[in-house]
Amino acid sequence: MTPASTPGTSRLDPEPVTRRDFLGLAAVGAALSALAFATLGMFRLPKAAVLSSPSKKFRVNLPESLPPGQPYVPAGRSVAVFRDAEGVYAISLVCTHLGCIVKSQPDGFECPCHGSRFRPDGSVAKGPAPRPLPWRQVTSGSKGYVVDEDASVPVGTRAKA
Amino acid sequence: MSSAPSPTSGLRSLAANLGRAPRRILQSMVRTGVPRTDRTRSTFVFGNVFLHLHAVRTHRWSLRWSTTWGLGIAAAAAFLLTLVTGVLLMCYYKPYPDVAYQSIKDIHFVVPTGRFIRNIHRWAANIMVVAVLLHMARVFFTAAYRKPREFNWLIGLALLASTLGLSFTGYLLPWDQLAYWAITIGANIAQSPREVTDALGITEAFDPGGFQHQLLLGSDVVGDEALIRFYVLHVMALPLLLVVLLAVHFWRIRKDGGLARPADVDERLGPPPADTYPVFTEAPTRTYHLAAIVRGRTEAVGRGPENTVPSMPHLFYAEFGVLMATVLLCLALALVSDAPLKELANPTVPENPAKAPWYFLGLQELVSFSAFLGGIGIPAIVLLGLGLIPFLDREERGTGLWFGGPGGRGLVAQAVALGLAAPLAVEALAIRYGWLREWFPDLPQFVITLVNPGTVITALYAAFSLVLVRKYRSARAGAIGLFTCFLCGFVVLTIIGTYFRGPNWVFYWSPALWPQH
Ligand code: FES
Repeated sequence: MTPASTPGTSRLDPEPVTRRDFLGLAAVGAALSALAFATLGMFRLPKAAVLSSPSKKFRVNLPESLPPGQPYVPAGRSVAVFRDAEGVYAISLVCTHLGCIVKSQPDGFECPCHGSRFRPDGSVAKGPAPRPLPWRQVTSGSKGYVVDEDASVPVGTRAKA
Repeated sequence: MSSAPSPTSGLRSLAANLGRAPRRILQSMVRTGVPRTDRTRSTFVFGNVFLHLHAVRTHRWSLRWSTTWGLGIAAAAAFLLTLVTGVLLMCYYKPYPDVAYQSIKDIHFVVPTGRFIRNIHRWAANIMVVAVLLHMARVFFTAAYRKPREFNWLIGLALLASTLGLSFTGYLLPWDQLAYWAITIGANIAQSPREVTDALGITEAFDPGGFQHQLLLGSDVVGDEALIRFYVLHVMALPLLLVVLLAVHFWRIRKDGGLARPADVDERLGPPPADTYPVFTEAPTRTYHLAAIVRGRTEAVGRGPENTVPSMPHLFYAEFGVLMATVLLCLALALVSDAPLKELANPTVPENPAKAPWYFLGLQELVSFSAFLGGIGIPAIVLLGLGLIPFLDREERGTGLWFGGPGGRGLVAQAVALGLAAPLAVEALAIRYGWLREWFPDLPQFVITLVNPGTVITALYAAFSLVLVRKYRSARAGAIGLFTCFLCGFVVLTIIGTYFRGPNWVFYWSPALWPQH
């Protein structure tokens, strides 16, 4: 049956799909899905496998006279190290809201960006921050303390001298 | 008859051809001659790859200033300016931390006209954002998004998103304090879906926020990887995308039958001026010859050329005028106001206050209550709502008229009142008395994510618009209400974020009251 003989269709109308066209459609479909997969695959490149960030583990030499509750912020780091009777601990200074660096205050921490406030143990007192400031791992070595900004520890964990 | 040509005739004709070469080059470029008659004016348009994005003839309605205020062309002109000045700046800019800052400093202080070009680039970018927003408002208020222009409205939204993306990626490149902290905040907003996944306790297994954050920065901090990524987006990926979308956007205007106009446009315009004469004696049944093999009809088919004038010169001169005005405005602003450059980026001391570009300050105001809602939730809701408008509003009344549709200006005035009052009231409450966290310190985070000034304002707006839909029995009325409200909310929040927020994002009546530090 030629399509043109069907009443109501003109020479210019597309022909109805035949079995041979079905194979053609399948081929086009296969080609398109291959392209789609290739496009998805391309996202593997910008997703870095190795992060270029520098090591976050460093050694601190706490000043001899560091009163309890007084922060010591090593130069170029965003972590505050404290010492009290029970030992040494470190609290991250990166605001859990949007990543600004909080300032240590007598009554805790204060974020300059959207006004979040944290209590001295890092828990949220006010503002938009959704989570408390994490405590960082401190280990005491032979030559002072080592702080690892990548490792979080439960609140209250201290390193004994 | 001539015998063998004399040795000199070859040289003579060579010289003659050389003399005629300039004219012939011009003729081969513009085949149709001077556009003086309607016919040559038409061929002038469709014989040119750039001009033929336009129709050959333009409706007189489209040429009235009050139809468009030239806003779309102004946006495109500003984009053109950023393109040219951007390429110039690329001659000196080096996308590497610290070096980038030095190169911008060089551009500012050493490179001849460098400061001027950078100022133009910055002003044109700002004007492009303003023009795009106003253009969208124009299209909305004249109900020009309706059938058959729904798809072009969607393209327009994509253009809005790429415009904001271009501006924002450009913000990082100077690598100064402003840039560094704005991008830190921006990247953490990309990460803020964690606010939800954390509340649900599924971040370990499913972390779209972390993925976005890493894809954007190529690292977990804002550093050299982030800078090169933003650079690639800013100078290559986004401009390419924008140009392609722009081509489709322009082309669709023509394919959708020109600009939207009211049904009774002929009565409104009156008889055509004496110097226009009909080019077609009857309404065409096809747009042009190629269309003879195409099924279906394009929007222009079946409509006569009545009340149209040749695009050359009427439309093109108007467009050229808008282009020149935009250039003039950008140059003037660039002469009187310098693009800012703060100190070199310092990752341990945030800028205080750390402000995003002005058009994001409304969102930053919302972000200061909940990162996810302000940065991702509300923008997504707004974009989705905008995209749905042409598919919900299937009415015809008022197309092509300012504030057309049921309710008209009165309804818009009401919506402005509510649109301004709601954010002012909610903000006043939040500024004076704080928000949930201050009242109930132990409230779980997802309650605050769900109930914060952003969601309260959105809910008020949505309720108002539903009331309008009921009252006028019209989706258009609801759309006008919602759009006007969001526009007003955007303005109020942007102004608060820009002028009334100081260090620590504390409310101050004026920047003069900011504590010095
Ligand atoms: S980044 Fe600290 S409050 Fe927003």
